Amino acid sequence: MEASAESGNLAGVRHIILILSGKGGVGKSTISTELALALRHMGKKEQSVSLMSVGFLLEKPDEAVVWRGPKKNALIKQFVSDVAWGQLDYLVVDTPPGTSDEHMAALDALRPYSPLGAVVVTTPQAVSVGDVRRELTFCRKTGLRVIGIVENMSGFVCPHCTECTNVFSRGGGEELAKHAGVPFLGSVPLDPELTRCLEEGRDFMQEFPQSPAFHALSAIAQKILKETPAQLS
Amino acid sequence: MEETPHDCPGTGSAQAGRGSACQGCPNQQLCASGAGAVPDPAMEEIKEKMKTVKHKILVLSGKGGVGKSTFSAHLAHALAEDENTQVALLDIDICGPSIPKMMGLEGEQVHQSGSGWSPVFLEDNLGVMSVGFLLSSPDDAVIWRGPKKNGMIKQFLRDVDWGEVDYLIVDTPPGTSDEHLSVIQYLAAAHIDGAVVITTPQEVSLQDVRKEINFCHKVKLPIIGVVENMSGFICPKCKKESQIFPPTTGGAEVMCQDLKIPLLGKVPLDPHIGIQEFCSLRQPKEERTSLAPETQRNVLDESSPS
Repeated sequence: MEASAESGNLAGVRHIILILSGKGGVGKSTISTELALALRHMGKKEQSVSLMSVGFLLEKPDEAVVWRGPKKNALIKQFVSDVAWGQLDYLVVDTPPGTSDEHMAALDALRPYSPLGAVVVTTPQAVSVGDVRRELTFCRKTGLRVIGIVENMSGFVCPHCTECTNVFSRGGGEELAKHAGVPFLGSVPLDPELTRCLEEGRDFMQEFPQSPAFHALSAIAQKILKETPAQLS
Repeated sequence: MEETPHDCPGTGSAQAGRGSACQGCPNQQLCASGAGAVPDPAMEEIKEKMKTVKHKILVLSGKGGVGKSTFSAHLAHALAEDENTQVALLDIDICGPSIPKMMGLEGEQVHQSGSGWSPVFLEDNLGVMSVGFLLSSPDDAVIWRGPKKNGMIKQFLRDVDWGEVDYLIVDTPPGTSDEHLSVIQYLAAAHIDGAVVITTPQEVSLQDVRKEINFCHKVKLPIIGVVENMSGFICPKCKKESQIFPPTTGGAEVMCQDLKIPLLGKVPLDPHIGIQEFCSLRQPKEERTSLAPETQRNVLDESSPS
């Protein structure tokens, strides 16, 4: 199928949100997934969720994709131009850590469709915040609006005694948002039920509405919904 | 040791420098110009430079945020406790350099001398190099595509005056891309002891780590073993254990059994390693939280030539 030069395969997509972080392992994919599920459940009627990933193109799950930048860029371009996305209210774009080929390629490919902005994920500790500061510079330099910062892995409540331990330190995300002058969208605590759902491909937002991570994620999704002018159909 | 990229058409082939796999390869221009038989002169220069480096260990993971830099930093420190062991820690994560902060060396600058760039010395026997030392502000972003990152790694290996080194620990970013291919290609002529692969217990990490292990096999990089990090959490109040990152598919133990790779150790989640004050390793030894000394010993035992 040829992509039309005028309309493009993203013509039917209302809002595009990129999930970024300078740091690896802070929960970009987790936040992308849960945000997509939360937005889905918040619609007036149940929306379907479409998903595209290089993972679907591999013959074997353990196959390594050993590609340099240019080849990665080409695939990202294809994801934008050659996937029949159809009518979507939200396109959530999960990214790898860093400020390199993939990020520039994604931004170049998505720019004609006016992305809503980026949700930047960090964890509380200094090494994460240090990398995320650089990601915010990337956003500034490329003219990508920062919708806000999410602080993930924000404390762990011991299931045996309910003592809350700041496993990865505390406060870094909120301080960074203040320092950088961007909105702080909220903190999501560590929750083994969330991890388990992700491992097993289950819908955490549907199965664990009582958990602290659910409340945090819902609140973040609500804030993002407020950013979007049109109502979900 | 495999020197060529995956799917390389071969330096002598008609497709040399023109194939899709050639894009970004350091030899691309040479191959495309027909001078494919002539390798990058930097390879020889790096081989010479590495003659004074006895052991080279790469710290890898397919997955981000599992503790590669934390492990690299602690391993370097542990090795340097013996004053007679010369240790070098090279951070090739160009976009997210964590090593300067972890080693308490933020704000330090690299100096140039007649013999090349001088690493930043934490101790007399512990030198560190990272792109972090070349940035003037903590907000500076390194927004580089692959070829520029490769150039930086080449400079780190060729232009840094490492001197006589017993152990060179190379901390890497997550993934199997430019940085990993470049460091392996540039060090191809000098012997790399092998890779320590870091994971956390859950399947989402293991999935990426299996790919990394496959990558190591593809490029013929020996695997010293796997370290499972964030392996359980002991509540400081009630002392009961929780699995924050549950090993739903058996964790690294089962993966290592399946793939017949040594499991070097399991390191628990210790908030003392994460919190800001302990992030800096620049402290008196008694106050420093050590990262599983037994695991570190296993790394050295497995990496020593038999």
